Amino acid sequence: MLDKNGIAKRIAKEVKDGYYVNLGIGIPTLVANFVRDDIEVEFQSENGVLGMGPFPYEGEEDPDIINAGKQTITTLPGASFFDSAMSFSMIRGQHVDLTILGAMEVAENGDIANWKIPGKMVKGMGGAMDLVASAENIIVAMMHTNRAGASKLLKRCTLPLTGVGCVKKIVTNMAVIEVTEGGFELLERAPGVSVEAIKEATEGHLMVRGEIPEMKL
Amino acid sequence: MINKTVPNVSEALKGVKDGMTFMFGGFGLSGIPENAIAELVRLNIKGLTCISNNAGVDDFGLGLLLQQNQVKKMISSYVGENDEFERQMLSGELEVELIPQGTLAERCRAAQAGIPAFYTPAGYGTEVQDGKETREFNGKMHIMERAFDADFGFIKAWKGDAAGNLVFKGTARNFNPNMCGAAKVTVAEVEELVPVGELDPNEIHIPGIFVQRIFKGAHFEKRIEQRTVRQR
Repeated sequence: MLDKNGIAKRIAKEVKDGYYVNLGIGIPTLVANFVRDDIEVEFQSENGVLGMGPFPYEGEEDPDIINAGKQTITTLPGASFFDSAMSFSMIRGQHVDLTILGAMEVAENGDIANWKIPGKMVKGMGGAMDLVASAENIIVAMMHTNRAGASKLLKRCTLPLTGVGCVKKIVTNMAVIEVTEGGFELLERAPGVSVEAIKEATEGHLMVRGEIPEMKL
Repeated sequence: MINKTVPNVSEALKGVKDGMTFMFGGFGLSGIPENAIAELVRLNIKGLTCISNNAGVDDFGLGLLLQQNQVKKMISSYVGENDEFERQMLSGELEVELIPQGTLAERCRAAQAGIPAFYTPAGYGTEVQDGKETREFNGKMHIMERAFDADFGFIKAWKGDAAGNLVFKGTARNFNPNMCGAAKVTVAEVEELVPVGELDPNEIHIPGIFVQRIFKGAHFEKRIEQRTVRQR
């Protein structure tokens, strides 16, 4: 079973040379730490920066330079700042190559829910609805089950949706799963996790074809 | 040169009244019009509709208006950082319209640009779509969204001049340029009010035509919400 860093490490392998990437809050943010340093990638943050760098050294924090998680950041040479409308022109206009975001639930038809639990928690969708409605390449980073142990990979989402039929790939602490016409297809197992255990933790229909390899991290 | 300068925040906010709709620039606490917010707290006007990406934190930013129950309705995309906000929303005291961030930005830009409505795919098939016109373009479904209609827009810029020209800094830019000229009156507070002619016309982010009143903010705390650092 992977921890959050393990999930981020596996997703980092999906990041290719020349990609502009938008990282959501939480596990997705960690992906930046594991991208190979022999490829050129630029991270976009929807609050208005392209070419995001690492956190600043202590004492060098600037309240005017933050990411979408409101964390202080730095910029790399070649970076740019822009307004929110332009930021979402990049996103809606499909200029961003890869979107990685977290989820509360994903359904086997690619629906995603990650912004609201009616009556309990309403944080809002932020940029997630714009991202999932337009991005061609969306990877969801999440734990396979919630804190109560219930599956987050469902036949149908039960929470209010963020987007319909948009998720292509899911990387969890247990597996790499592709969302296909026929439902969830198991691609890889996390180290030490059996196909049976993944089936057990997946409420939606899980297709298993042939031998399922263990993830290479 | 048409002079847009006003001497202080009280002059800048002349005309604000109970029940009005305001736009506030800022993302999180970055680039928020701190001086205008402080003045609205002092004036204690009520029944406000506030358009802002976030709702501040409990004791800063728009959280200060919420504490005094000055806000009737919030239109935002993300409100996760404010416990009092969540409490007022879940109890029904506060009306909240949550909308996608890109839609929020574009509804400002549309108001600025004189475009009454536009189509976006964001939120199609979700509750954001409820009650809205939908239409297919190029095989994909879209929702019709309308331009905002606000009384005042409160903007924070880094530098500005008497002509109302503005320059923003870093990610404190965010929604600020999109809200300029999007409300009936645009009020900009700046850290530095520089002499006319000092700003390079090539590097002005917002031309003064979009700004009605400009003043140098008396105080900017510029609070950091999530201080994250790395070790040397």
